Amino acid sequence: MNRTTGLNTQPNLADPDGFYAALMAAHEGLTKAQSDALNARLVLILANHIGDEEVLKQALAAARKSARA
Amino acid sequence: MSKIFETPLYPYQRSPDQDAPRYVRHPVIVVGAGPIGLAAAIDLAQQDVPVVVLDDNDKVSFGSRAICFAKRPLEILDRLGCGDAMVEKGVTWHTGKVFTDTRETYRFDLLPEGGHKMPAFINLQQYHLEEFLVRRVRELESRGRPIEIRGRNRVSAISNNGNFVRLEVDTPEGPYNVEADWLIACDGAGSPIRQMLGLDFVGKVFEDNFLIADVIMRADFPSERWFWFDPPFNRGQSALLHKQPDNVWRIDFQLGRDIDREEELKPENIDRRLRAMLGEDVEYELEWSSIYTFQCRRMEKFRHGRVLFAGDAAHQVSPFGARGANSGFQDTDNLCWKLKLVLDGTAPETLLDSYSDERTYGADENILNSTRSTEFITPKSEISRIFRDAVLDLAVEHDFARPLVNSGRLSVPCTYDGSVLNGPDDPALPRRTRPGAPAVDAPLDGGWLLDRLGDRFQLLLIGADGPERLNESGLEIEVLRVNPEKNPELRARYLGDALAAVYLLRPDQHVAARWSAWDEAATRAAIRRALGME
Ligand SMILES: Cc1cc2nc3c(=O)[nH]c(=O)nc-3n(C[C@H](O)[C@H](O)[C@H](O)COP(=O)(O)OP(=O)(O)OC[C@H]3O[C@@H](n4cnc5c(N)ncnc54)[C@H](O)[C@@H]3O)c2cc1C
Repeated sequence: MNRTTGLNTQPNLADPDGFYAALMAAHEGLTKAQSDALNARLVLILANHIGDEEVLKQALAAARKSARA
Repeated sequence: MSKIFETPLYPYQRSPDQDAPRYVRHPVIVVGAGPIGLAAAIDLAQQDVPVVVLDDNDKVSFGSRAICFAKRPLEILDRLGCGDAMVEKGVTWHTGKVFTDTRETYRFDLLPEGGHKMPAFINLQQYHLEEFLVRRVRELESRGRPIEIRGRNRVSAISNNGNFVRLEVDTPEGPYNVEADWLIACDGAGSPIRQMLGLDFVGKVFEDNFLIADVIMRADFPSERWFWFDPPFNRGQSALLHKQPDNVWRIDFQLGRDIDREEELKPENIDRRLRAMLGEDVEYELEWSSIYTFQCRRMEKFRHGRVLFAGDAAHQVSPFGARGANSGFQDTDNLCWKLKLVLDGTAPETLLDSYSDERTYGADENILNSTRSTEFITPKSEISRIFRDAVLDLAVEHDFARPLVNSGRLSVPCTYDGSVLNGPDDPALPRRTRPGAPAVDAPLDGGWLLDRLGDRFQLLLIGADGPERLNESGLEIEVLRVNPEKNPELRARYLGDALAAVYLLRPDQHVAARWSAWDEAATRAAIRRALGME
């Protein structure tokens, strides 16, 4: 596997604060259930965009690893 | 209720075995005259292996069960002489629609590729299939083939003695004992044989209940598979509508986990559900209703000495994907030629271990697929439901989400990748016909390739040179010559861009090995390998 196709965990967002604000704005006014649903749709949309199985596996592992005990 | 459930198909008759001074020993006894036991018996009898089938009943299996039969099992049943009757009687379909609430979210077309004798799928009541199989047994019997069904013969005890099996059998006239060199246990999911031998059957039990209603109605729904998530007439649950022959429709309502079975089965409650779904003034007659739950599990090994397990006795899946009976036919298809060659002394007994290896591999594939469908249809946790609903919501607008919608991944043939019986492959040839795969059908000289294949080892020379005949390890290998120029579909499926190929085929029509040119030493080695001798 080519290293460059691995999960990029280095800073990659040009405007981190801007993205964060947009993410919060997308959830604004939603109930917990609606927010959960939005998050799920977002994950699926992004996963499809990435497409690469190996990257997705690494992303799942990274997300799981950072969970609080 | 149709009288088919009440008519004895193989009524009890006293057998000479019951009066014999000593235990009679048969080469093969099959326990269970369900679809899989009958298929095993027909397969063996067609190859002149004497076979006796014992069943505790004398009728078709009670109630509504399998309806959906896939192409590969139809091809197997065609080899067994029942394919035409099934296709003629069955409803052929290829479009599936998925609805969420009242919206159509997704539609699939199994788009049957042209140039196959058998359709992608048919719907046919299991009792019709069993009737056709029994008719075929009678036909073989009348032609003097060594096959016999004994109705109301219930196996009540078994001893597995290393090189033979002894059974105790209860009949209306009392018990008797009988022996077999080999026993094929096709005695269903509750397999008494498996239990009497104390063998494992591990897996997952699912808690959701489903209500089946088979109704007779004159309705103009098309011959399509309609599946609903969260429909207004069954909130929070799923439902399925599928057409069967004789104006019978299969309706399947998911009911959820904790239900009152008795209450749900009351005719007025079923009527309420049906009218909510089909319209207040629908005219229908209820043919059958029942509530089922299901398991996904299998035995660790399908061979235990002289006892071989097949069908539901060996493995069970959820009905989503129609993989139950469909995979059972692939079991006996795999088993019977091996058993014959072992009985003939042509192949070593260990060839039968490859039956267990190949078919547990197939069972795992089915269990994996049907467990995944079950997870999607009946989400087990809150987050599982959130993602499921997210997929359904996205699928309305976005193509990418549609392949994620899983309302049952319908049965596809199993390719025995990695099997010890597989010989060399030439990767330049098309992937779909690689070693381990069942031969893909194609038109051949005005007929069908699959009509020419099966029941013996064969060498297919496609535009390639090769011998007139071949003998190896006491087997006569039939040589079939095919002109690729005259058979373009076959050429595409077996040669791709190559100019020629040599295929070695097993008696179950699976590819054993292939080369782009004739190589005698390699072919002989591949035959020995496919016989379990290498
Ligand atoms: C609701 C539902 C829908 C389904 N839909 C599909 C589908 O669409 N497609 C599909 O492929 N599959 C489907 N299936 C699965 C299918 O019905 C089974 O896989 C199939 O019947 C298994 O056949 P079998 O011969 O292995 O076992 P069975 O049909 O269970 O036959 C076992 C036989 O053994 C006999 N027997 C049992 N004990 C003894 C004993 N001690 N002595 C003698 N005889 C004995 C029984 O009388 C019976 O005749 C469905 C199942 C259900 C419940």
